[in-house]
Amino acid sequence: MIADLTRAERQWAMMILGALGIVGLAMAVAGRNDLLGIHGWIVLAAGLGGFIAFMRGKDAPEPSDDRLNEYYDAPTRLGIILTLLWGVVGMGAGLWVASLLAWPELTFDAAWASFGRLRPVHTSGVIFGFGGNALIATSFHVLQRTTRARLPDQISPWFVLLGYNLFCVIAASGYLMGLTQSKEYAEPEWYADIWLVVVWVVYFAIYMRTLARRKEPHIYVANWYYMAFILVVAILHIVNNLAVPVSFGSAKSYSLFSGVQDAMTQWWYGHNAVAFFLTAGFLGMMYYYLPKRAGRPIFSYRMSIISFWGITFMYMWAGSHHLHYTALPHWVQTLGMAFSVVLLVPSWASAGNALLTLNGAWHKVRDDAVLRFMALAAIFYGITTFEGSFMAIRAVNSLSHYTDWTIGHVHAGALGWVAMITFGSLYSIVPSMWKRPSLYSAKLVEVHFWLALSGTVVYVFAMWNSGVIQGLMWRTYTESGTLSYSFIDSLVAMHPYYIARAFGGLLFLLGALVALYNVVMTIRMPAPATEDAALDIPVQPALQAGE
Amino acid sequence: MALGERDKITGQMTTGHEWNGIKELNTPVPRIVYFFLIAMGGFAILWTVLMPSWPGINGYFRGLLGADQHAAVIQSVEQAQVERASWTSRIDSEDFASIQADEELMTIVRQTGAALFGDNCAACHGTNAQGGPGFPNLAAAPIMWGDDPEIVAETIRVGINGTSPETRFAQMLAFGRDQMLERADIDAVVAYVETLSQPDLVATADPAMLATGAELFAANCAACHGENAQGMIETGAPNLTDEHWIYGGDHSSIRSSVYNGRIGTMPSWEGRLTPTDIKLLTLYVLDLRASQ
Repeated sequence: MIADLTRAERQWAMMILGALGIVGLAMAVAGRNDLLGIHGWIVLAAGLGGFIAFMRGKDAPEPSDDRLNEYYDAPTRLGIILTLLWGVVGMGAGLWVASLLAWPELTFDAAWASFGRLRPVHTSGVIFGFGGNALIATSFHVLQRTTRARLPDQISPWFVLLGYNLFCVIAASGYLMGLTQSKEYAEPEWYADIWLVVVWVVYFAIYMRTLARRKEPHIYVANWYYMAFILVVAILHIVNNLAVPVSFGSAKSYSLFSGVQDAMTQWWYGHNAVAFFLTAGFLGMMYYYLPKRAGRPIFSYRMSIISFWGITFMYMWAGSHHLHYTALPHWVQTLGMAFSVVLLVPSWASAGNALLTLNGAWHKVRDDAVLRFMALAAIFYGITTFEGSFMAIRAVNSLSHYTDWTIGHVHAGALGWVAMITFGSLYSIVPSMWKRPSLYSAKLVEVHFWLALSGTVVYVFAMWNSGVIQGLMWRTYTESGTLSYSFIDSLVAMHPYYIARAFGGLLFLLGALVALYNVVMTIRMPAPATEDAALDIPVQPALQAGE
Repeated sequence: MALGERDKITGQMTTGHEWNGIKELNTPVPRIVYFFLIAMGGFAILWTVLMPSWPGINGYFRGLLGADQHAAVIQSVEQAQVERASWTSRIDSEDFASIQADEELMTIVRQTGAALFGDNCAACHGTNAQGGPGFPNLAAAPIMWGDDPEIVAETIRVGINGTSPETRFAQMLAFGRDQMLERADIDAVVAYVETLSQPDLVATADPAMLATGAELFAANCAACHGENAQGMIETGAPNLTDEHWIYGGDHSSIRSSVYNGRIGTMPSWEGRLTPTDIKLLTLYVLDLRASQ
């Protein structure tokens, strides 16, 4: 990495890392009587560690200019590995919290191992650690291939990738120490939020600058989705996290919103995090890797347009369906439900566009587990979006809300759609990223596929059953007109499903471990691939005067 | 603009764009997509016309059906109360003895009491009222403050060491920690108390120690637990001669109780439960005891 930078670029990087270290030191000093101080030390260690690495490598010879004639894939390679590592961490934490619900004594009386602290490690670990790294890694890859242009500079992709992972580490370590602003999927405190804004602005700039340098006349659909993901997540993140810190030496802050406005802002954020992080970004991934792997053209460009604008417009207004039958005014609930119902059409148009793209390639779906991952992802995307629109209907929501049905719905999307499209995409680029002829083992991909599918099915069915039983028990009345069941009765009824859910999660985690092993072994394979590598380069710039 | 080409499998033209080998067909949007877009859009618009929806400057459009979630919930609660009144009015007005004698009412008490107990009492007393460490067994053990229905209802209402100004108050003093008894005296009184519920221990114990223990008991404990150690409902002190223990009847638990004292809490339920619910729970718990 360092050897690929010019001397001037190394100096820039050292300045950035030095500044980061100074910020960390300032946090450590200002927050010495607070948990903020511990995060200060982590930031300082990150900045200092990077700085020392550059000090040791700063005198390496200048890289050859040839590298600028190739795509910049080193950040993607690290991003792929980080994706898989965070996947194991996040899914492992998920298995733990799932087990905690079945066997509550698994906290071992340690505060950091309580459900409330481990649960955000799971959600952030899989959404931001696994999903976010996958999006960053693949977006850099797709962006360059579909614009025929190299990323605009050598430092900022690393800044985005490593800076983003620093955010993830701050977030996860903070949860274990009990730091949270209690907003679901937006738990990190103010200083982590500010850092993420900096990283995200640079990310968006990379996208815009590369698009400006593109050698293709048109911007491919995948890039619409990736850009929507980056832009909207920035807006959501900034607005929902507006807060006033207690002091600059304190990790604690108070949200700018309160009461029902806070709830509405949070779920406007929360639902659009699902929409733009977990849907739009991964649709971008699907739009590139699925047709590429299938060797088929996209079924309909026109349907892409309808779906894209339908999804981006409609999702924005759907968040209030998370607050049916609450203090939120009835009229806001009606609007949230109306938009959610219409949203089904562009969602299914996207899923349909993906599946119809496979026309003429279904034999490949049968034979190739990598493509099958992506085809299955599209099916789960369709199932989950139907379920989502259905659950957004107020009357349905009165049964499903606060039950495990919601958890089942989320995991149909997270396991079936997000993780499957990610694994399919990663498997399809790992060989070319490391210039290997193929993956280490196609059979292990097959094993992973069946582990992932059976894990998802066990998980989702357990939670559907559990959720519907819960919802029905809470609303069953005796002949005398009083409740038939106490809350604790419903907990007893959940227990077998919680064990089944943990088992489903275990299968899925095993699949992720198989994937990590397969990718590591692929990287360690000796044979370099030469085929096609010559074609996988940006369009060469014309010779410039003086060269 | 680049020219499209015909895709052999679908027969559709491509758009002529290509990105790293990916092409797109120019397939028209299938009619069914438009159909559902219009159908779902139509439903959504209709729904916003019927229900409270679009905001304005001074309020919002109320919807043609006049639905309102606050009014709806108030109405359902009132309706449920009216439906339940046929039997709640009898629970409220009749005395315990006549309710207990009425099998029809007691069926309702058993149905309704189970969920009420599960939601409000089971967290401490256990789902089957069997108690647990620190919390008395309501199903089988003697009730310390008395098991007369009126007394049980009053205990639920005011609680024990609770927040109500009328709460029942009871405390086991910390004889060791607060240095009211010497260490040797504590050992003696603990040895004596153990023999009350386990008479076979007398054979193996030191008689002099038991005698000292008995003297100390009479001087320090009998005021609350009674001279025969069978507890007193006036003080709420438990019977020490039976097999039921709140904090455990083994040597170290008894010693810990004498040394550190105990002050258990039962919340004051007045204001959290309605008088009807308190009466129902009283009947439910007593019925549970009767059936054991």
